[in-house]
Amino acid sequence: MSFLPDISLIAVLLASGVRLATPIGFAALGGVLAERSGVYNVGLEGMMLWGAFGAAAGTYLTGSPVAGLVAGVLLGAVAGLLLALLCVGLAVNQLVAGIAINLLCAGLTAFLARALFGLAGGGTAVSGFASLPVPYLSGLPLIGTALFNQDPLVYMLPVLVAVVTICLYRTQAGLRLRAAGESPRAADSAGVNVTAVRYVSLALSGAFAAAGGCHLVLCQVYIFSEGMSAGKGFIALAAIILGRWHPVGAVVAALFFGLCDALQLQLQFSNPLVPYQIFLILPFAASLVALVWFNKGARQPAATGMVFDREAR
Amino acid sequence: MSYLVLDRISKRFGGFSALSNISLSVERGTARAVLGENGAGKTTLMNVLFGLYRPTEGSIQIDGKAVSFRSPADAIINGVGMIHQHMHLAEALTVTENIVLGLGGLHSPLNLRRHSAKIAALSERYGLAVEPDQPVWKLPIGMRQRVEILKMLYRGAKILVLDEPTSVLAPNEIDSFLERVKALRDDGTTILFVTHKLDEVMRIADAVSVMRHGQLVAERDIGHTDVRQLSRLMVGRDVEPVRIPRLAAPGDPVLECVDLVARGERGLTALDRVSLTIRQGEILGVAGIDGNGQSELAEIICGLRKPESGSIRAGAAEITGLGVSARMRGSRIGFVPEDRHGTGLVLDHSIATNFVLRSFRRRPVSRLGLINARFIAEQARRMMKRYDVRSRSPAQPARELSGGNQQKIILAREIEAGPEILIVMQATKGLDVGAIEFVQRKILEARDRGVAVLYISTELEHVAEVADRIAVMHRGRFTGEVLPGQATAEHIGLLMSGLSVGEQR
Ligand SMILES: Nc1ncnc2c1ncn2[C@@H]1O[C@H](COP(=O)(O)OP(=O)(O)O)[C@@H](O)[C@H]1O
Ligand SMILES: [Mg+2]
Repeated sequence: MSFLPDISLIAVLLASGVRLATPIGFAALGGVLAERSGVYNVGLEGMMLWGAFGAAAGTYLTGSPVAGLVAGVLLGAVAGLLLALLCVGLAVNQLVAGIAINLLCAGLTAFLARALFGLAGGGTAVSGFASLPVPYLSGLPLIGTALFNQDPLVYMLPVLVAVVTICLYRTQAGLRLRAAGESPRAADSAGVNVTAVRYVSLALSGAFAAAGGCHLVLCQVYIFSEGMSAGKGFIALAAIILGRWHPVGAVVAALFFGLCDALQLQLQFSNPLVPYQIFLILPFAASLVALVWFNKGARQPAATGMVFDREAR
Repeated sequence: MSYLVLDRISKRFGGFSALSNISLSVERGTARAVLGENGAGKTTLMNVLFGLYRPTEGSIQIDGKAVSFRSPADAIINGVGMIHQHMHLAEALTVTENIVLGLGGLHSPLNLRRHSAKIAALSERYGLAVEPDQPVWKLPIGMRQRVEILKMLYRGAKILVLDEPTSVLAPNEIDSFLERVKALRDDGTTILFVTHKLDEVMRIADAVSVMRHGQLVAERDIGHTDVRQLSRLMVGRDVEPVRIPRLAAPGDPVLECVDLVARGERGLTALDRVSLTIRQGEILGVAGIDGNGQSELAEIICGLRKPESGSIRAGAAEITGLGVSARMRGSRIGFVPEDRHGTGLVLDHSIATNFVLRSFRRRPVSRLGLINARFIAEQARRMMKRYDVRSRSPAQPARELSGGNQQKIILAREIEAGPEILIVMQATKGLDVGAIEFVQRKILEARDRGVAVLYISTELEHVAEVADRIAVMHRGRFTGEVLPGQATAEHIGLLMSGLSVGEQR
């Protein structure tokens, strides 16, 4: 291997980085919505897995990946509502509720996958989305494949980021969501229904995280396997912080982690003698280092993590 | 039948009865003052009217129709607006965002620029200066209060609840604000004006309801009452201001600050070459509107904040470079902070623990690094008796006590540490008359033992009661120094708003 990086190698790296970043990006976007409205969504990991299962099951049963995507996203929204019920409705500690969702989703998807696809959930491949090259642009050197020869979900992510950003900063709905996360008391006495805002944002949060899971199944591996989210939901939590609770920031951070992951895979292939687990650590190590490095001045929404009780002092 | 009727409202928090059986009827287009000491239940009653608290018993009628508010949103729909005493603002959002929050449909674009312009116009018309595009956390308290007021004015309301709206406004702002409230009333708005300030009642109200200990004790037409009577009704007895004649003349200078300069948020100058000297056994009062550098001054003297330049001497020692604990031990500075809950106490810890926050490292509170629980409990019992802290036991968490008792804990801890210098901020804010008297007496006793006291407060009348000299602060400077009893409140008010007496004419 030459030490001068070869331009085509970089193009491949970028393309796979973008692809690997997409699930993290979806989950991080969902997490931003949840935390901006005042609730930690530690359950991103489980919701992603749940969405992946929904996508596989939906596609398997109907034969249509579109139906699979819809099924996955809807299941994610349901998981989001469950989290809302637990920590908004019943005032359960948000971290505990999120962890419970993760455990529940891990167990439930493993069980249902065996019931549906047979032993160990392995073996049953489903159809998925093919790449949709954009004419002309996909031929660009270096970034052509990375940005313009991808599957439809990759294209959807920046669109969603733009929509979420505009809604969050330019509409009354977004203002209410941000106010619910900064000061539920202020929002409440301005006539905002804080509970409703949080339910809606957690449902969206679950749907987005699940869309990330759908990407894993429908655009990456075409199969469901147990625990396939493999920590991406937790990396998304880091991406939220790194992105300063801003939709664009969070997705850019996700891209950084995706690139780390792509690099890690590349290193695995080119160094077959080194135990691959060493390289697997890379994205997690990168998230740790990045968090420590960029943590200065980051400020999370003031009321995130706290239960709002109107009559409490 | 009256326009607004509160019918036999009761509210209990756990076992505590905050409101018992309160009935109130207000005619359309009149202003009703609700007068009462701190803790009387005024805010609780207004929160019930605004849908923030569900009443335990009782009902509300507006314009002859029974209403039941499950949330503020319900109250807003029924034309009730409220200015909250403890501001309900989202600090990370801008002034404009806070004001338009909750207005219009969900899908409506925010159009912040247009709103900003309208808000600027409104603030001009009402003489309430704000900066529409600044995030609220960067604003001084006084300006936040103005935002809270503008938020309500921007919406308009048929019934307007104002819960102590003037507490952090400057005297000249209060005048124009009260005029505006009157104008709103004359336009047909029904006003509920909550206050514990008697002069405001006389100026603004058509009638007044007086509350004490969660009960309605009297109702009077303004024409049929006066300040003296209202004061007696509110407190339940006649009040005399404390005055302990001083025993000895002030001695040598103990605290000397020279040319202190400090920056606050946004890099603005918070202190602009402030110098002061306090002698042994002397109280220097600092009056001024909140947010004019008082907090920075106190924090710099205690070592919580570093000055950009300037020096501080305590006795013979230069302490400018020392940290907090060195100052507290070495030169013996005592500090009663402004933020009782955040800085003064560990709210979830016991009263006894809060007494030893300063001294836990030293004998006899701890020995060889081990806490002496028995000594702490005994000491707590002694201090609670001496400072009249009322609670079930020394083990009760500080959070559960009333503001007055909390303040007594802090005061006891700081005074009993035997300081040479005592910095006291907002010592009496939010306390009832009895507690105010007690706190002031303890501070005056400390003075008589030779302690040099810096008494910072936004409540001018209390500064005037205890201080030997009053320095007035505005925009990080001392704009003048007066002797209590020799300057009129008006004169001091002018100094507070930065106008020297010459400019007045
Ligand atoms: N949310 C609450 N929980 C428990 N006690 C409360 C609550 N709100 C007020 N109280 C108590 O009710 C009493 C009246 O308080 P408040 O209405 O704030 O008085 P005011 O506004 O007249 O100063 C106080 O003793 C206070 O401690
Ligand atoms: Mg009150």
